[in-house]
Amino acid sequence: MKLMKTLMTAATLVALLGGSAYAKQLVYCSEGSPEGFDPALWSAGTTFDASSRAVYDRLVDFELGGSAIVPSLAESWDISEDGTQITFHLRKGVKWQTTDYFTPTREFNADDVVWSFQRQADPASPWATYVDGASYQYFDSTGFKAAFKSVEKVDDYTVKFTFNSADSTVFVNFPMDFLSIGSAEYAAQLEAAGNMGQFNTLPVGTGGFQYVDYQTDTVIRYKAHPDHWSGKEKIDDLIFAITKEPAAAQEALKAGQCDVIPYPIPGDVDALSQDPNIVVSQTPGENVGFIAYNTQQAPFDKKEVRQALNMAVNKEAILEGVYAGKAQLAINPLPASSWASDPAGTIGTYDPEAAKKMLADAGVENLSLKLWWMPVARPYNPNGKRMGELLQADWSAIGVNVELVSMDWPVYLEESSKVDRDGAVMIGWGADNADPDNFLGVLLSCAAVGSNNRAQWCNEDYDALIQKAKGTFDQAERAAIYFEAEKIFHEEAPWLLLAHSNQYLAHSKRVLNFKQDPLGFHRFDGVDVAE
Amino acid sequence: MLRFLLKRLALLIPTFIGVTIVAFFFIRILPGDPVQVLAGERGVSPERHAEVLRQLGFDLPLWQQYFNYLGDIFRGDFGTSFASKRPVIYEFFSRFPATVELSLCAIILATVLGVPAGIVAAVNRGKWIDQATMGTALVGYSMPIFWWGLLLIIFFSGYLHWTPVSGRIALSYYFKPVTGFMLIDSLLSGQKGAFLSALHYLILPTVVLATIPLAVIARQTRSAMLEVLGEDYVRTARAKGLPPRRVVALHALRNALIPVVTTIGLQVGVLMAGAILTETVFSWPGIGKWMIESVNKRDYFVVQSGLLLIALIIMTVNLIVDVLYAVINPRIRHQ
Repeated sequence: MKLMKTLMTAATLVALLGGSAYAKQLVYCSEGSPEGFDPALWSAGTTFDASSRAVYDRLVDFELGGSAIVPSLAESWDISEDGTQITFHLRKGVKWQTTDYFTPTREFNADDVVWSFQRQADPASPWATYVDGASYQYFDSTGFKAAFKSVEKVDDYTVKFTFNSADSTVFVNFPMDFLSIGSAEYAAQLEAAGNMGQFNTLPVGTGGFQYVDYQTDTVIRYKAHPDHWSGKEKIDDLIFAITKEPAAAQEALKAGQCDVIPYPIPGDVDALSQDPNIVVSQTPGENVGFIAYNTQQAPFDKKEVRQALNMAVNKEAILEGVYAGKAQLAINPLPASSWASDPAGTIGTYDPEAAKKMLADAGVENLSLKLWWMPVARPYNPNGKRMGELLQADWSAIGVNVELVSMDWPVYLEESSKVDRDGAVMIGWGADNADPDNFLGVLLSCAAVGSNNRAQWCNEDYDALIQKAKGTFDQAERAAIYFEAEKIFHEEAPWLLLAHSNQYLAHSKRVLNFKQDPLGFHRFDGVDVAE
Repeated sequence: MLRFLLKRLALLIPTFIGVTIVAFFFIRILPGDPVQVLAGERGVSPERHAEVLRQLGFDLPLWQQYFNYLGDIFRGDFGTSFASKRPVIYEFFSRFPATVELSLCAIILATVLGVPAGIVAAVNRGKWIDQATMGTALVGYSMPIFWWGLLLIIFFSGYLHWTPVSGRIALSYYFKPVTGFMLIDSLLSGQKGAFLSALHYLILPTVVLATIPLAVIARQTRSAMLEVLGEDYVRTARAKGLPPRRVVALHALRNALIPVVTTIGLQVGVLMAGAILTETVFSWPGIGKWMIESVNKRDYFVVQSGLLLIALIIMTVNLIVDVLYAVINPRIRHQ
């Protein structure tokens, strides 16, 4: 025992001494391992935190702690009259990172931009399938591919993009991770050396932190890019210590082994906030949890039936019972913070008696409903089973016979998309970007029936408005169109709207200027640590 | 001896085939496929889904996929991970040393504490010390590892600050892995204090992983000792006036160790199962946690090849134990 104690003391001492020799170091206990380091190939937020958000920059970016779009590698941009062309004016004097494995001979220019888009757009590019079995998932599936026509270099610091049609939802792709800008020079070197796979393992970017080392499933090390265009970051060494078990991450934060943890357990948030050395922050998430009726199935094809069901649900009870109060009740299908969310939207009224009457008026008796509950916890819904039970109780109270059904998650996702699905399905959505179309179009348009439109709801008036908004570039004008669409949504009630779940994050008091990101990224630009 | 060895080796072949069948079909019984899981709420169009499945060869009839897989294995190709797009064999061996290091430390700890505990209990049969030891062993054997690990973290790391919460070495040490075994690499790195730090980080996970094997070994040693202590030759040894300590250490223990060695060998499988939970709690970068994640992602090749590799290793260890057993006990090899 004595030996053990001596050993421990010695190890702790050495660790402390070792630690103080370093300059400013921040340890982020990330929740998982990145899939790779080329953000265009992957889709997980964990991967983006470790690759694009740390190492790379984009032409434009989301503002720190918000979702507004701000200049980055492009200082300014013009959108043509007809909306089909966007010209970016690039920043001068931007330096690439110099690492053990790459020494740049030139600064960032238009060639890098053209290459970063061409490799994803052109199936004939040697980069189209440079990692076995990997594909450019986001580029292929977000609609960017369909919209994209060409990219050309006008001069060294001007790039022009042409699109197939005027689409105001295209621009919001530019700050997204898959459109991070890589070095064409580095790519050419790797190609010449026949070692293209390295592009996904040893990244080179223009971002605030450069890659130093990754030990599988254990630790990723970065250091500040000394010549970053906006100045060197204040943290010298950024470390991602991969800690997959949230309870362990919380203990590590308390013990001072971690400075920031991404996903504290919601039930422990109150206790963590009591710790004098820990700051817990929260932000309403860019997500929505809801129940989608099958609007093509009788009698749920009658809007009165859907309205009656909505009216019978005590949402406040769900907010407490399922979300532990850590969410905002939804007034529209998209987060209330969005400029496209109509402030006139409401959570609806809770009136079981009126609901009962409404069903009777609609001539519906002995109504039976299958309710699909989610077998997994997701950011927008922490406890599907509990939510199902609460809804069952509410609906039973107005005489509706509710059968709870569930299945394995991948099957659930597939089966619940089908047009002939029997019953209402519990589901939700987390935003890819801050564009309203990411909710209002992706989840409710006619084109998405049979896939993401799980209400199987195709309303021509609503759809026409959504399409019109896509072709409108003035934000105020666009917002007015969305407000109108949301009114139709409320009247037609394809969903039972539930809540936008809060996102939490905890960090030590010594971490300064850390801004929680509403889109769920974990960014360390601008962050400092107290000595 | 050679005949014995050949017979054991021949027995491995059906076992191996059996494992490939179980590993291959087990993951495919689970509903959902890797493409759907990766797509999540976003979904994937039926055309794209079919295309990816075709690229991966998952559109062929199952039996054909199975034989293709078997053929690939005999060529030494264990497939590619769908999640990381890297060869499974590479992914496996980049994590395997971490699991081996932890398991070895755990089995050493379990043996070093378990065998003496069993002897003490057997020699003092029926007395309070026997009951206390076996009672503790029963508690240890019944311990849910996940809960036990968190409990130790909260007490020793969170409350007492004696041990680190998770990881393999303090972050202030930084060197490239050579062997993948942190204890060895930290010595090779020549950095002052690195070895002690690695040891420090090993303590809690080792204790947690050793708990169940320790209990099993202690109980096995006790019952083996009790059996041997009742044998005629022990009575003879006592009768000829040997001191009790010598009787236990020389005559009884050597014979009692035979079933204990088997038990220790069999614990390899238990360790693998325990490693999955232990690695999860302590964020230990081994194969256990990796396998669980791969099942969730329906990463077919990782699950089937990972299972196969683990089974191969367990089979090899059992073979070695069998051979050792035969070496210790001539009756076995002459059967």
